[in-house]
Amino acid sequence: METLEEIKARIEAAVPGAKIEIAQNASPSQQHSLKVDNEHAYDVAKFLRDDSTLRLDFCSNVTGVDWLDRTVKQTVKVKKIVDGEEKEVAETTEVKIPGYLEAVYHLYSMTHKHGPVTIRMRTADRAKNVCLPSLTPIWRSAEFQEREIFDLYGVQFDGHPDLRRILMWEEFEDHPMRKDYQEPDDYEYEPTPHDDVLEKAKRHFAARPELDGAEKITGGDGSLKR
Amino acid sequence: MSERIDEGLRRELQRQGVWVTSMQELYNWGRKNSIWPLQFGLACCAIEMIATAASRYDIARFGGEVFRPSPRQADLMIVAGTVTKKMAPQIVRLYNQMADPKYVIAMGACAISGGPFKQGYNVLKGIDRYIPVDVYIPGCPPRPEALLHAFMELQRKIDSQKLTGEQKAEHLDAAQPSEFPVPAFGKHDLEPSANPDVFHPPKLERV
Repeated sequence: METLEEIKARIEAAVPGAKIEIAQNASPSQQHSLKVDNEHAYDVAKFLRDDSTLRLDFCSNVTGVDWLDRTVKQTVKVKKIVDGEEKEVAETTEVKIPGYLEAVYHLYSMTHKHGPVTIRMRTADRAKNVCLPSLTPIWRSAEFQEREIFDLYGVQFDGHPDLRRILMWEEFEDHPMRKDYQEPDDYEYEPTPHDDVLEKAKRHFAARPELDGAEKITGGDGSLKR
Repeated sequence: MSERIDEGLRRELQRQGVWVTSMQELYNWGRKNSIWPLQFGLACCAIEMIATAASRYDIARFGGEVFRPSPRQADLMIVAGTVTKKMAPQIVRLYNQMADPKYVIAMGACAISGGPFKQGYNVLKGIDRYIPVDVYIPGCPPRPEALLHAFMELQRKIDSQKLTGEQKAEHLDAAQPSEFPVPAFGKHDLEPSANPDVFHPPKLERV
């Protein structure tokens, strides 16, 4: 299969105005992906599917990613004149990256038996501008998975034929896979709480160190036995 | 009444070919040996339930092989698997549609307490929040033997139920409810999150 750079160049030639970036993956898998701009995503997807050498006719997986606002420290070596001498000094700058939601598509070719090519799209922010173009008209297999992203992350897919919640009920208002999701406060007694559950346990049961380990668990009142 | 007749006399009579019994004993004997479960499964526990119904474990030995696809004909609801919050109202509705006397087996960790998903947002922390449960089977999933054991426990319970008097079974007591409110889908959770008439959680007491 062609390299991502070649694919990027061919997309830019075929779809005028498309802004493609290669999103680097620093992990050992080195699976870099193509970040597609939202305006041309539909045409780019159509090109990827219909191009005779690529023929990415199978969208195996669509998933969402939630990125919170974050600050990234960038260290750049700058030449500076210190005490009349030119020295290399490391300068650290903090860059604030506002949060966004992402939809990631994994594409394969059944015809040519190659893949995956990963493409991703980003929303403008996490609050109101959460629209992305739907790629369901290109790959039908994306339909349920885009609904799932809509349900769990709150991404609005424009052009989706049937955008409803798929896992949670219609009346549900939250998006549970978002990193700032607050789940209902319904903690119950756990015999061996740890990590997050321990934090919840501490919130619900005030610690009494002098009575440590002296808890007694009693049954319910059992007024209704069947 | 079988409680009033001397057990030794009864045995002696039986040896002579005279069978002495009571309405209650006969009635409960019939009931406990033809418990028809409602045919539905929710998750992996259902696979074990299917294995229990199949030839190797053969729940038919206990009279429970007639899985009914309608709640109107079922005596027993085996809640086999994870009850998600989206599914919970349907489970309660099916229970309400069953005719009395009706029994519930909560099969596996999820049906009892939410199991491995207890700390999640989408799984009900035990079906006993909305409907009364007769037998709980721990396990993830419980083996077919465990389900058979629960089934036998339920038979023992049915056998011990009284038809008259102060201690008579709940389904014969008009004051006891046989239907329970179906929870509604709320904005963040099911509403209410538990039915206080049914659900009596263990209380943590500091002593």
